[in-house]
Amino acid sequence: MAHDTTVQTAGHDEHHHESPVVFGFWVYLMTDCIIFGSLFAVFAVLHNQVNGGPSGRDLFEYSGLAQETALLLISSITYGFGMIAAHKNEVSKVIMWLGVTFLLGLGFVGLELNEFAHMIHEGNGPDRSAFLSSFFTLVSTHGLHVTCGLIWLVTLIVQLMGTTEIPERMMNKLTCLSLFWHFLDIVWICVFTYVYLASMI
Amino acid sequence: MLGRLSFSAIPLDVPILVGTFLGVAIIGLAVLGLITYYGKWGYLWKEWLTSVDHKRLAVMYIVLALVALFRGFADAIMMRTQLAMAYAGNPGYLPPHHYDQIFSAHGTIMIFFLAMAFMTGLFNFVVPLQIGARDVAFPFLNNLSFWMTAIAFILVNVSLFIGEFSQCGWLAYPPLSESQFSPGVGVDYYIWAIQLSGVGTLLTGVNFFVTIVKMRAPGMTWMKMPVFTWTAFCSSILIMVSFPVLTVAVALLGLDRYFGMHFFTNDGGGNQMLYLSLIWSWGHPEVYILVIPAFGVFSEVVPAFSGKPLFGYGTMVYATCSIMVLSFIVWVHHFFTMGAGPDVNAFFGIATMIISIPTGVKLFNWMFTMYKGRVQFHACMYWAVGFMVTFTIGGMTGVMMAIPGADFVLHNSLFLIAHFHNVIIGGVYFGYICGMNFWFPKVMGFKMNETWGIRAFWFWFVGFYFAFVPLYVLGFDGMTRRMNHYDNPEWHIWLLIAEVGAVLILFGIVCQLTQLYVTIRDRNLPANRDVTGDPWNGRALEWSTSSPPPPYNFAIVPHVHELDAFMHDKENGIDTRCAGGPYAPIHMPKNTAAGFLIGVFSLVFGFAAVWYIWWLAAIGLIGVIGTIIARSANKDIDYYIPAEEVARIENEHSRKLMAQAAE
Repeated sequence: MAHDTTVQTAGHDEHHHESPVVFGFWVYLMTDCIIFGSLFAVFAVLHNQVNGGPSGRDLFEYSGLAQETALLLISSITYGFGMIAAHKNEVSKVIMWLGVTFLLGLGFVGLELNEFAHMIHEGNGPDRSAFLSSFFTLVSTHGLHVTCGLIWLVTLIVQLMGTTEIPERMMNKLTCLSLFWHFLDIVWICVFTYVYLASMI
Repeated sequence: MLGRLSFSAIPLDVPILVGTFLGVAIIGLAVLGLITYYGKWGYLWKEWLTSVDHKRLAVMYIVLALVALFRGFADAIMMRTQLAMAYAGNPGYLPPHHYDQIFSAHGTIMIFFLAMAFMTGLFNFVVPLQIGARDVAFPFLNNLSFWMTAIAFILVNVSLFIGEFSQCGWLAYPPLSESQFSPGVGVDYYIWAIQLSGVGTLLTGVNFFVTIVKMRAPGMTWMKMPVFTWTAFCSSILIMVSFPVLTVAVALLGLDRYFGMHFFTNDGGGNQMLYLSLIWSWGHPEVYILVIPAFGVFSEVVPAFSGKPLFGYGTMVYATCSIMVLSFIVWVHHFFTMGAGPDVNAFFGIATMIISIPTGVKLFNWMFTMYKGRVQFHACMYWAVGFMVTFTIGGMTGVMMAIPGADFVLHNSLFLIAHFHNVIIGGVYFGYICGMNFWFPKVMGFKMNETWGIRAFWFWFVGFYFAFVPLYVLGFDGMTRRMNHYDNPEWHIWLLIAEVGAVLILFGIVCQLTQLYVTIRDRNLPANRDVTGDPWNGRALEWSTSSPPPPYNFAIVPHVHELDAFMHDKENGIDTRCAGGPYAPIHMPKNTAAGFLIGVFSLVFGFAAVWYIWWLAAIGLIGVIGTIIARSANKDIDYYIPAEEVARIENEHSRKLMAQAAE
């Protein structure tokens, strides 16, 4: 009996070494999702509180919005290509695709900052009204996440440089960043529809 | 260069604070001096501060919680003394500016740094051992969580001596907490302390959720999981769902203050009730985050000292889970007076009352566990039975306040204060101290002194009623909370009685300290040593290891056959430890300074942000990011304990067990 138990335990012991990193990060992302959910709720409560200032209909422009959305959605695809290369253990391709993703993400953040600067320059900054406070906070929380993703991308590119294969720990990191990046895409789609499109109707 | 920090921020004109500072400085220097004298810095750094071992972190969490208890209790007895004096012509000894900081700090410290830290300490110690795991899922994050909690507590205490703390109560309601009405640094200290400790708590929640989902011993299905682990699981879920909301609420308040935004301001379209809604949709689950693990403690303690399995394990699990769910649909009862209308208030009132049903189930389960059991009145059982009585009364006054009509009368009165202290002291505090008495031998290898434990209980128990029953009366008499001074002569006698209660509780704390002292002094007496690792004839897996457990917890991961796995093995003659092996090398995480460094940089960042010292804040932030990146690049993060070493430790324990059995 004791011997049986030992053998079984040893077998299961291997099972225990399976890394919980990706699952754990996914769970963490769900808590992040609640942060965004709360910010959406705040926006829903405050979006009509324009305090005599401009509303979304007066402020938002289609063209910049379309470009931002396109850049971010395409960057998700390029990250996906990076993951395919990672599964094939092709390090140089992974670096290349992560680089492309980085540039697209950088373009997104640049366009967003440009939009913000434009609004603030015209006197419609986050201190103008409760509507603009909630708008800037929600959208820039997403932008801040993308910026963290960019730092993360650079970190992984540097760590990948000069290596020839992708060990398990690196694969976990790539998978976590992949989850993060796609998650930000989903959040952006919600921002795009609920904050921008719904305001412009 | 130093933002708004100047020499005048140091409160040299407040003698109480100067005295406190001198006291803290002398004690601090004495501790540092002793560490240096005995040459223990290296040991402290290598074995404790950088440790990723959940057992070591548990001890550090509980030490932190006890320090927070002293700070929080000092605030409490100062408030009671002020109110015992400040009647009619006497202004008391605390001016409103100081008094308001004290009640704000008292609440903040007791919840975030006593209760949360104590709870996390118990999770850390017990959960991995109960589920037969060698550590938590993310040992490094566990260390980081501890440091984020610790530095946030340091930040709160820095506010004593540099600047001021918030004067807006423990939840910093706007518009009072907005810069228009609170232009000082107090609310900023509050904001950063909450946010930094919130990072630690959130990571703890994720860590224990993943640990319990992924790392249970083979055979331990959900319904074979010990109840304390169940409660830790539910509590972790509540942390993951509710703490992000707190982060958002406090962040938005910060944006109002730092960037002139208009979330909760009077002008610009802000909405204060939005803050209340957000903060309470965290705050109500928070009280269940704290009390559910206390229920878990009693569910372990009562069976152990009744010599019976827990009555109604399944109902206990379902009751815990339903409380977890219900805790999210009651938050509006904190502001019935907002005027949401009878339908909304009725919904939240009824939802609140429904919580008493699963809670009642639990109480009956504990009582039926004792019924016809061979109950030993160990110190743990005093806390447990004291809890059952006190918590029931607190729960009933909660149901009273769940009636919106009654709440309109009692809202923000001392009745409310009495109610939540009734459940938090009688539930959470009694529970955690009970757990400490119960698991102490497992942590340290020797039992706690019972005589002083029982004395501490009686002082706490009687002191509690003296301190808080008068507050129920005063609430009915119309005394509101947070008053610094009053003129009504009828209130005075009750506040004197409450002061007596606070002094009795002080004696209780002194008894607890004496208990710790006597316990450590007598640790080598044969009667106090826990040689077997199973001093109470325990039921769950933690009792199958040696006390204290080896670094890897289980040389061979146990196989779980039944609920109460260890009791099942004992009754059926199965050796849970599989003594004798064969042993394999054990994979372990290495200690790391990264958590400590991230904590220190976060403290620098938080302090700089409070005082608008932006260059220093930038250094802190870059330090945090840099440490994370360096940690990510570090490949030297684990090691193996060789099989021979494991065999040596295990054989040593087996020898002790046999020697004990031979006696």
